[in-house]
Amino acid sequence: MMNSKKILLIEDNPDDEMLTLRALKKNNIANEVIVARDGVEALDYLFGEGAHEGRDLSDQPQVILLDLNLPKIDGLEVLKRIRNDERTRRLAVVILTTSNEDRDVIKSYDLGANSYIRKPVNFDQFMEAVRQLGLYWLVLNTNAPNA
Amino acid sequence: MKKNNIANEVVVALDGIEALDYLFAKSAYEGRDLNDLPQFILLDLKLPKIDSLEVLRRIRADNRTRRLAVVDLTTSNEDRDIISSYEFGANSYIRKPVDFDQFTEAIRQLGLYSGIAPKGTRQAIII
Repeated sequence: MMNSKKILLIEDNPDDEMLTLRALKKNNIANEVIVARDGVEALDYLFGEGAHEGRDLSDQPQVILLDLNLPKIDGLEVLKRIRNDERTRRLAVVILTTSNEDRDVIKSYDLGANSYIRKPVNFDQFMEAVRQLGLYWLVLNTNAPNA
Repeated sequence: MKKNNIANEVVVALDGIEALDYLFAKSAYEGRDLNDLPQFILLDLKLPKIDSLEVLRRIRADNRTRRLAVVDLTTSNEDRDIISSYEFGANSYIRKPVDFDQFTEAIRQLGLYSGIAPKGTRQAIII
């Protein structure tokens, strides 16, 4: 796996964060993972603001894993802002969430998510889902080049 | 796909017009049940008759089909094709030729998406 490709994990639940990181590691996905624990932190990272002021914005994540249930700014709003900004609008965003609500799925696709994955409750299935996510978005998918 | 035991029905459209006819139940597909939409669409960018971006645009423009997962699967390596595809709303872009193992794994992944989503007799449409 190319290590220069980063994953941005936007996840407030520490257990889910740990599980996701563990799943990536277990599957030999050694790419750097940046974790943002709420919507504000995520957007600060992507737009080089707040604690991430001055960050090189040509260096964006290869894939963003976005939980919908976030404090401060909810996941759909984060997605909307990602898609509304020229600097980030073509980034691959994969919704990775517990939400099973049709309306969340619909809204996510309407707002331009690339993919929507419901977190499997079963641990082995979760591992498998993360493994496949990694393969697909880090290796197989071709992202939009920097404008 | 067969290799990975993805037994979902696969509908193949050989050009953009056939694809749109299928999706919108026109011409040869008149009367087809419009609620029965593909689980995902694999779209080659180099299609005869209608330009593939136009196909993608029409898929995204119609309320019945606009949220369908569309994966561009194409030989094109051109930046402008990649950018255009995402601009027109493709969910993903995969360059051919692709490592066979990776590709079968990826197809399996798409199959896994089907597994996680509510089950049904869903189809892939390959254009």
